[in-house]
Amino acid sequence: MPPISRGFRGKRRDAPADRVPPGQYVTPDFPVLSAGPTPHRPIQEWDFTIVGEVDELHRWSWDEFQALPTETVTVDIHCVTRWSKLDTTWEGVSVDTLLEGIETEAEYATAFCDGGYTTNLPLEDLTGGKAWVASAYEGEPLDPEHGGPARLLVPHLYFWKSAKWVRGLGLSATDEPGFWESNGYHLYGDPWREQRYWGD
Amino acid sequence: MAGAAVLGRLGWRTASIAEVRPETPRVKTIALEVPGWPGHRAGQHVDIRLTAEDGYQAERSYSIAAPEDGERVELTVEEVDDGEVSPYLTAEARAGDELEIRGPVGGYFVWDSDYPGPILLVGGGSGVVPLMAMIRQRGAIPTTLVYSARTLGDVIYRDELERLAGGGLDIVLTLTRTQPQGWAGHSRRVDAELLAAVAPPPDQRPLAFVCGPTPFVEAVALALVDLGHDPGLVKTERFGPTGT
Repeated sequence: MPPISRGFRGKRRDAPADRVPPGQYVTPDFPVLSAGPTPHRPIQEWDFTIVGEVDELHRWSWDEFQALPTETVTVDIHCVTRWSKLDTTWEGVSVDTLLEGIETEAEYATAFCDGGYTTNLPLEDLTGGKAWVASAYEGEPLDPEHGGPARLLVPHLYFWKSAKWVRGLGLSATDEPGFWESNGYHLYGDPWREQRYWGD
Repeated sequence: MAGAAVLGRLGWRTASIAEVRPETPRVKTIALEVPGWPGHRAGQHVDIRLTAEDGYQAERSYSIAAPEDGERVELTVEEVDDGEVSPYLTAEARAGDELEIRGPVGGYFVWDSDYPGPILLVGGGSGVVPLMAMIRQRGAIPTTLVYSARTLGDVIYRDELERLAGGGLDIVLTLTRTQPQGWAGHSRRVDAELLAAVAPPPDQRPLAFVCGPTPFVEAVALALVDLGHDPGLVKTERFGPTGT
């Protein structure tokens, strides 16, 4: 039994229990968390590449990326710092679309980003309609501080996996810890199992 | 850049409040006694969990305010309007009360005593808290603190900062909303001009830790990069009343 904190009642914000993972609270806001300065790269220099254990390097310029078919999805997002935000709407390119026709034996991916950020995910968490490279949020181009021009969107994992300023995916046979995963945070990060930190 | 080794699960521990110390009208330092605390590094944070009588729980993260000190862990908490955990800690909690703590967490925004250059700390509001843990253990490492507060009364740790200043610790205070009569310090927001004047120049390759509300951190980090500081040497921690 946890100790009772004398006099604590809490706010008990109404939230649908089946949509808010343990230890999270719902916020209407969209807080920002990044480990370093927000990159401001000219869009002409932007590209998205898929590298590593692939038959050949695959690359899209910004214009080519913009020409890919997009999907609009409304999802709940969960940050490891405990806020959850319900019904967020994004527009982006499904990772399935980006991986279409690419032959690989890889089982893992590392997303890499402007600013040097990386995060690792099993490839099966990026495929099957579970992940997007999103470039619009609530109908507007994605703000730089929220990861624009494009960020990964993997809503079923803690939001640090949804890497901001994403520039590509490196595919590999092994699971290599990314930035936060090397700094105390969980290798996989399932909010419903509260996989926040190493050992959770 | 490996974090502090964490072996096994970071479990919840029961802590008792040893002391509650007012810092400013909206900010208090909560000193906890945590049996079995494994120690921590300056800049790390903890999770705090409160449990109500009927079992309802709420968790939040707070920066640690002081260097490792046995089983004592100090947090400095600002009351957040419409907050859930911070108003309890700042207004209700008192010595002897119990809560749960988990940590330490975070292996990136941490003091590095092996860094060969000067250290630049830039804090906005209660963003000074993890920076204070660094200042309190800095030893002889040349350190500059640029600290932005709204008013003199909002300056956390004011007496201690005055005492510690000098001997390689430069403290630059800027009061952005109101200034006392005769105030000789700064009153502008922390921007490129202020940083160019008071921070170690880029060629000294200072390691920068920037902590505060998101707009503050965005502005300071961008200004540092614009001044020529290596983005890889600018570590940021954003927090905040999520309402801003």
